Amino acid sequence: MNRFDYLRPASIAEAIAAAAQPGSAYLASGTNLLDLMKGDVVRPARLVDLGGLPGLDRIELLPDGGARIGARVRNADLAYHPEFSRRFPAVAEALLSGASAQLRNAATVGGNLLQRTRCAYFYDPASACNKRAPGAGCDARGGENRLHAVLGWSERCIATHPSDFCVPLAALGAVVEIEGQAGRREVPLEEFHLLPGETPERESVLAPGELVVALRLPAEAARFAAHARYVKLRERTSYAFAVVSAAAGLRIEQGVIAEARLALGGVAAKPWRARAAEAALAGARPDAASFRRAAEAALAEATPSGDNEFKIELARRIAARALALAAIGTPERLPALPASPFAPVPGAPLHG
Amino acid sequence: MARIHVTTTINGEPMEFLCEPQQSLLDALRNNLGLTGTKEGCGTGDCGACSITFDGRLTCSCLVLAVEAEGHEIGTIEGMAQGETLHPLQRKFLEMAALQCGICTPGVLIAARALLEKNPDPTETEVRFGLAGNLCRCTGYDKIVRAVMETAAEMRETAS
Repeated sequence: MNRFDYLRPASIAEAIAAAAQPGSAYLASGTNLLDLMKGDVVRPARLVDLGGLPGLDRIELLPDGGARIGARVRNADLAYHPEFSRRFPAVAEALLSGASAQLRNAATVGGNLLQRTRCAYFYDPASACNKRAPGAGCDARGGENRLHAVLGWSERCIATHPSDFCVPLAALGAVVEIEGQAGRREVPLEEFHLLPGETPERESVLAPGELVVALRLPAEAARFAAHARYVKLRERTSYAFAVVSAAAGLRIEQGVIAEARLALGGVAAKPWRARAAEAALAGARPDAASFRRAAEAALAEATPSGDNEFKIELARRIAARALALAAIGTPERLPALPASPFAPVPGAPLHG
Repeated sequence: MARIHVTTTINGEPMEFLCEPQQSLLDALRNNLGLTGTKEGCGTGDCGACSITFDGRLTCSCLVLAVEAEGHEIGTIEGMAQGETLHPLQRKFLEMAALQCGICTPGVLIAARALLEKNPDPTETEVRFGLAGNLCRCTGYDKIVRAVMETAAEMRETAS
């Protein structure tokens, strides 16, 4: 790890002023940043520790049915908050499907948004990576790329965003509260992460020094509580990143889908809200045929970025599975293996 | 940057040490304070050998900076037994030989204690899910899971 200056500011204004200096990085819990620093993938000259800042660790359940989550709230605290998980069960399920008990206890919601891709070429300083060293090229293009993006990728970068948490947040229309030298602003989560285009090193809309202070889930997001699931396909049953994942929420009225929400994970450089699929489901019957049609709409623009064509059909199936599970209803308590695709879907064939 | 003075509490005892900004808490525990019960496996938060509690929360000490311990309470494997009296998990692990080379054992014990504090009556799936962040490269999981289940049953009996 490189040498760096360590600062522990006592106010948000002080933190922002320090972090606006070139070479600075915010330190939340460090589960991703310190790992990257140990591997010499990033070398900040100054760490601005958020551990001393007041007011960033609150979970506020708003009277209108929404919620406001401070940026330093730990993943485990949010997932196990009884009222939060009752209002937003797919968010809790996504949080618990990620990482390990140790990491969920440490990792923060702000850090989760800003975690870096797990593309192996990004992590390896000896490989070419446009994200790590702009203009260097992309060794993933001709390399091991079976887990890379199938939506929204560019010639410059085919990495995916690894978050589970962000997938239901995108589906539910979460809003990111940001504070910076120019003041406070809000950005919908759907617009917070950037697709790679020509500048894959730019991963979010944050300007230098800007700090995520909170996340908000709007009141209407809680209307999906009775029919909300997250399903995550991994290469082993737990403690692995998603190959593909999906968050689904349905509002069912008189046997018909009044409103649907769907987002995909592991397919792009951002959590992928599938608005075309949502539109296809409005007014449809909640059955296998509707879910398959929606899944096809969700992946209509998908193209392989390498040896990963299989992910497109896999993503369709996981999307349809998440919708089918959501239609059955949110379970009373979270399953012992959250988001497991092995959970049976009554009356449905295992594939298709 | 000069060495930083850290005042903290470790296993209930007030403690101070000097560290470099880039030292991990794991490194400071082992090399500055001589508490070598906590092990380094991967150093990247994947294996759980460095598990400790930080203000009572199970976490990986390899991904915490030593300076972050300032003002907080750290719990390590050295604090698990009460004097000569082993924790029920430690006793059961010995009794059932729930270890092979032993490198993962301190982390597994700390994680298992955290699991049973939250859930005193876990199913086998819940134990396996709760300990997913502790890798045993000897692959001795079966005995570990059985020892945790047995300890949980014994602790429930003692409590009732």
